[in-house]
Amino acid sequence: MKQLMSGNEAIARGAYEAGVTMAAAYPGTPSTEILENMVEYKEHIYSEWSPNEKVAAEVAIGASIAGARSICAMKHVGVNVAADPIFTYAYLGVNGGFVLVSADDPSMHSSQNEQDNRYYAKFAKMALIEPSDSQECKDFLAEAYEVSERFDVPVLFRVTTRISHSKCIVELGERKEVGHKPYARNIPKFVATPAHAKIAHVKVEQKLKDMEQYANTSILNKIEENGSKIGIITAGIAYQYVKEVFGDQVSILKLGFTYPLPMDLIRYFASKHETLYIVEELEPFMEEQIKAAGIQCIGKALVPNIYELNPDIVAQSLLNEKTETKKVDVNVVPRPPVLCPGCPHRGFFYTMSKKKNTVVTSDIGCYTLGGMEPLNAMDTCICMGAGFSAGMGMAKAFEVSGRDNKVFGVLGDSTFFHSGITGAIDILYNKGKMVPVVLDNSITGMTGHQENPGTGKTLMGESTTQMDPTDIMKAVGFKVLVVDPCDLKAMDDAAEEAVKSEEPTAIVTKRPCVLIKGLPPFKNKCVVNRENCKKCKMCLKVGCPAVFFKDGTAYIEASMCVGCEVCKQVCKFNAIEKVGE
Amino acid sequence: MNDAKNILLVGVGGQGIILVSKILTAGLLKAGYDVKMSEVHGMAQRGGSVTTQVRYGKKVFSPIIGVGQADILVSFEKMEAARWVEYLKPEGTVVVNNYEIPSIVIASGKADYPQGVIEALEKVFKTVTVDAGKAALEVGNIKTQNIVLLGALVKALELTDIDWIEIMKEIIPAKMVDINIAAFNKGMEL
Repeated sequence: MKQLMSGNEAIARGAYEAGVTMAAAYPGTPSTEILENMVEYKEHIYSEWSPNEKVAAEVAIGASIAGARSICAMKHVGVNVAADPIFTYAYLGVNGGFVLVSADDPSMHSSQNEQDNRYYAKFAKMALIEPSDSQECKDFLAEAYEVSERFDVPVLFRVTTRISHSKCIVELGERKEVGHKPYARNIPKFVATPAHAKIAHVKVEQKLKDMEQYANTSILNKIEENGSKIGIITAGIAYQYVKEVFGDQVSILKLGFTYPLPMDLIRYFASKHETLYIVEELEPFMEEQIKAAGIQCIGKALVPNIYELNPDIVAQSLLNEKTETKKVDVNVVPRPPVLCPGCPHRGFFYTMSKKKNTVVTSDIGCYTLGGMEPLNAMDTCICMGAGFSAGMGMAKAFEVSGRDNKVFGVLGDSTFFHSGITGAIDILYNKGKMVPVVLDNSITGMTGHQENPGTGKTLMGESTTQMDPTDIMKAVGFKVLVVDPCDLKAMDDAAEEAVKSEEPTAIVTKRPCVLIKGLPPFKNKCVVNRENCKKCKMCLKVGCPAVFFKDGTAYIEASMCVGCEVCKQVCKFNAIEKVGE
Repeated sequence: MNDAKNILLVGVGGQGIILVSKILTAGLLKAGYDVKMSEVHGMAQRGGSVTTQVRYGKKVFSPIIGVGQADILVSFEKMEAARWVEYLKPEGTVVVNNYEIPSIVIASGKADYPQGVIEALEKVFKTVTVDAGKAALEVGNIKTQNIVLLGALVKALELTDIDWIEIMKEIIPAKMVDINIAAFNKGMEL
């Protein structure tokens, strides 16, 4: 049967077909839909949203040790969070096959960097497999489990945004039931003490040599020979771009098993062609190793290492062909992403934007948009959890240098469960003079509404214990002020009280994301009374896409407004009215 | 580049571009083409500028195109057409919805919505201007603008042999099918 599938859907299908029984992940673009689609196979596969990527990796590692074929999936920066267990598991080796899917985001469509996670395979000493389309996402995953179990190694399965989020036709197969491997306590293998690790390191070096031999004849690596003088080595999505540009006009060595690199095969291919090009997206991962092996090739001298590639960039790089384009004479205005109309985060960031001498250390989520025009109410956004801990560092530095800046450390509910709790403990333990704030909108927002420990539902759709950030912050030892962020006076009062409070005080803003399905319908809307409008433009400062100027006065687009009344509260002339009770 | 046809759909997060891409892709598959469709998720969806690409032909390799390679650009919002027009082949066609959504930069008073967009497009490219907002209101739901544009696109690409009505019935929830079929037919007439 054939079906149109995104790469992420195909990975879920591939896991099903490969006999996987355990899957864990934390959502992150472009990886999120892998586990969302895994649920379709819940008769066969247990799937969970873990609180963070490290937990997801550890759950999948535990399942693998217990004998299951397991998978964990995350975005590229998530692998940084999960790196600790992954590096050690690479030394130890597996029982049931173990695959870590890293979904990288070249061009940073929805990310804070474009790190090339292929280096993790080399760094941690695990196998690396790279599919180039949805069909390969499914098919290569089956081979990844064979490699994992045959060589006793974790496999890094690396995709990129254009593979994860492009749809193409996939020929489906049947599920292969592989069962669970027997489990027996094996202390030298799975207890990573220094004595055992010393032995494991020797073993893993041998495994790499064995895998390189295997890679030379792997079905994932293939030569498309046409007798041309030019040979191109490529992998992943770059293969599709090379084919698009060159078709059958050049010889191609397409690599799917990319660490350890099949150096004998590469040497053979190089010997058959006068000029050898390496076309890879982002870093010169293959090029560096091929050059180090003494094989002449041209790669990043021509192909950029910044941003994603496309057929046009490949053609420009290798053929020096510039595509003809035409522009039009229009002054196009930027259209950055923005907090939705009615977004609960708006009230908090508007409040912060009015405060002088205030530093807001923020975090990863929809609320990062509080740092954009016109709110601009943010000082930092580093990574998940840093909203609290980088705030702690800044607060301490201000304290040491005798400055009196007030620090608000901000993160969302899902981020709080991900890695905010340890930061909160640090603030209290080390007496940080700052206000931790959890923006609780009852969902994992930016990635498209995944359940989390605060929602009371699991990925599998079961009801579960609902954990409340307020209770957790209280249990840590904070006094917690709970506030509706769209009530601007209450929001401001809470911020003032928290700053002045003698005891450690946290704020939890509580109001659900307006996009959550099944919420009661929004009955009210705000409208502008044009006679009262003094054109002061205060209402524009809240940065709501539904509020703008039209025909000389403020205007609220009825189809977008959900009646949150934040704009109404900032209008000093009662020109915004609530209608429709 | 090979002989695949390239469609670039652009607009603003929330305008229903992904649904149109889905219907389009399903129809092209049914007609026997190899198809690849690429979309962007995550942060860009929050009211930002969004694009999807649909490529079809005998054999398609790359899911995406670079500048100067789209055969047709369908813009669900007026200013977005000008933003993405560089991706169009010089002889390509723009289907542009005569509908303005101010970006937050415009809404917050930092810039003005550009004037004369359609005229500027017409000077350089073959341009089909569609008043999808008006057509959608005529069929009774402003949110069917996207399907009006699908109708206009199908007509512009001469893909009228495909049974689009059948495909919409498969993809669109039952209670919304009739109004969307009406919107599609409106789009074909424009």
